[in-house]
Amino acid sequence: MEKIIEVKNLHVSFKTHNGTVKAIRGVDFDLYKGETLAIVGESGSGKSVTTKVLMGILAKNGIIDEGEVLYNGKDLTKLSKKEMVAIRGKEIAMIFQDPMTSLNPTMTIGYQISESLIEHQDLDKKTARLKAIELIELVGIIEPEKRYRQYPHQLSGGMRQRIVIAIALACNPKILIADEPTTALDVTIQAQILELIKELQIKIGLSIIFITHDLGVVANVADRIAVMYAGKIVEYGDSAEVFYEPKHPYTWGLLASVPDMDDQDNELYSIHGAPPNLLYPPKGDAFSARSEYALNIDLEEQPPFFKISDTHYAATWLLHEDAPKIEMPQSLLKRIEEMKKGALNHGK
Amino acid sequence: MLRYIGKRLLISIVTMFVILSLLFLLLEFMPGSPFNDEKLNEQQKELLYEKYGLNKPIHERFFIYTTNILKGDFGVSYTIEKNAPVSRMLETRMPISIRLGLQALVFGSLIGVVLASIAAVYKNSKWDTMTTIFAVIGISIPSYVFALGLSYFLGYKLTLAGYPIFPMTYNLYRPIQSSILPTVALSMFVIATVARFMRTELVEVLGSDYIMLAEAKGLTAKKVIFRHSIRNALIPVVTVLGPLTVGLMTGSLVIERIFGIPGIGDLLVTAISVNDFNVVIAISFFYSLFYIIMALFIDVIYGVIDPRIRVDKGGE
Repeated sequence: MEKIIEVKNLHVSFKTHNGTVKAIRGVDFDLYKGETLAIVGESGSGKSVTTKVLMGILAKNGIIDEGEVLYNGKDLTKLSKKEMVAIRGKEIAMIFQDPMTSLNPTMTIGYQISESLIEHQDLDKKTARLKAIELIELVGIIEPEKRYRQYPHQLSGGMRQRIVIAIALACNPKILIADEPTTALDVTIQAQILELIKELQIKIGLSIIFITHDLGVVANVADRIAVMYAGKIVEYGDSAEVFYEPKHPYTWGLLASVPDMDDQDNELYSIHGAPPNLLYPPKGDAFSARSEYALNIDLEEQPPFFKISDTHYAATWLLHEDAPKIEMPQSLLKRIEEMKKGALNHGK
Repeated sequence: MLRYIGKRLLISIVTMFVILSLLFLLLEFMPGSPFNDEKLNEQQKELLYEKYGLNKPIHERFFIYTTNILKGDFGVSYTIEKNAPVSRMLETRMPISIRLGLQALVFGSLIGVVLASIAAVYKNSKWDTMTTIFAVIGISIPSYVFALGLSYFLGYKLTLAGYPIFPMTYNLYRPIQSSILPTVALSMFVIATVARFMRTELVEVLGSDYIMLAEAKGLTAKKVIFRHSIRNALIPVVTVLGPLTVGLMTGSLVIERIFGIPGIGDLLVTAISVNDFNVVIAISFFYSLFYIIMALFIDVIYGVIDPRIRVDKGGE
């Protein structure tokens, strides 16, 4: 498959009053054409920062220390502001977490959509209007002409997120970055928005980077999953591999903490402790302090990626040949078995 | 919308009536009379009271006064310009004060918005610090200090040096040129207030999600700021500008004294000190009227800037 984006050895830090926060500490990943890559991790793991680098909208105190982001042979981190403006929206588009605040409250829906059409495609106002109405229809909103004239506050949250998606799609981008696009919506609307994104992906042939902390959402949309922790990717692989054969203790923890509807007896699992303070990044494996399987070497040296299959890699010393053989906890194993069965049944 | 405006107008009329009654009552309770001249004996005073109808019972006088106001008659001046109709006194003075106030408002808001934008876009830079310092100075130093400074350096010194660009005092025949210095002096406070309020708001707006989305759309920084930010940041500024405008339009006593401007700020203070009741009531009346009109106007402006508070069918 053709790679559309290659992120290589990305390091990003933020200058703050307290010192330099190393938010991204060496991230590598590829995005293939037409796939959905989910980046999963808890708040502060660096997933949003990664995508902001891709869009070139990193906050002013953010610095790219090292690494490159290759798109069409160009390194996006080295582009001038002007060059980046031409790519943003047109080649790479983004949708955000909270539809209630992502639209400008003082402008009509129609204006906000046609604005980028006029900007990137040199359309005149009339054509832009028709195209915008088409887009509103495309994202599944009825009475598009009426909506075109309305203001954001006159629309529900779900509809607003559809409008944000319409804005993102306005210029036929090749890549869509969705930064927790369903987190702020209630569950039924979540499902509709996910469905819409999947549908549009097939229709338009988008490559999607899907940022989320919700593994339930990931299961629905992702072809591949990358798990991020403390500014690094700790495990990545095909969706099924990460879900059914997780290797990193952090991924185990994440999977175990997904609420299980059938299991009402046990308390909901949570990973104890908090992520490390990235003002002072740990010397060894960042997860070791919270991991019950931590080895001595975890405190000394950061684990490299160990290959599990051609597509599946995990960065944990547990996979080293000299490490003690540790399997995932029994309770999780049981849940995964059930998940597999559930997926099969669902398939039928 | 029409119904809303109609309702507001009705409320305004009632408010004006209440204000008028209060003014009338308060002045009634004020010690002293317009005819406190030592040279007048009791009998002469009695005659004067009789002449101006001041010996009638208060409710009767109030009725006569209000009906006259409806006809545009604000009575005559008792002391300042004996027997001159108050309406005529205001006719010449009010436009000067209003014009000066509006000039200061427009100039001050424009400069304020520009300063605020620079400060917010280059947050924490030296421009930002300079704006903050300027704003603190503008708010804390009274306008007459600026007025005296401007009058001395740009008026007096420059004229002495052979460049009579800015007249030191107001000149009825050169209304524009001679109003520059007082306008600038008056606008310092406006600039400072607008700059402070707007900077805070603009910083907030620039950090908002919809600005991130506008950037993600691929708009240039210029378009993001001019199209998406400034208008949204203006909303709270409008709130402070309302009362400020009334204050400016009704004239500033000190500024008018320093530059010798024949406005109503000067007139009001004189009228109070010599118990020229009709003049006091008339000016206070217009002051209140401006306030009410301004409040109504600001509500309309809000609607123009922010569709969320537009009073129409609205959301569903």
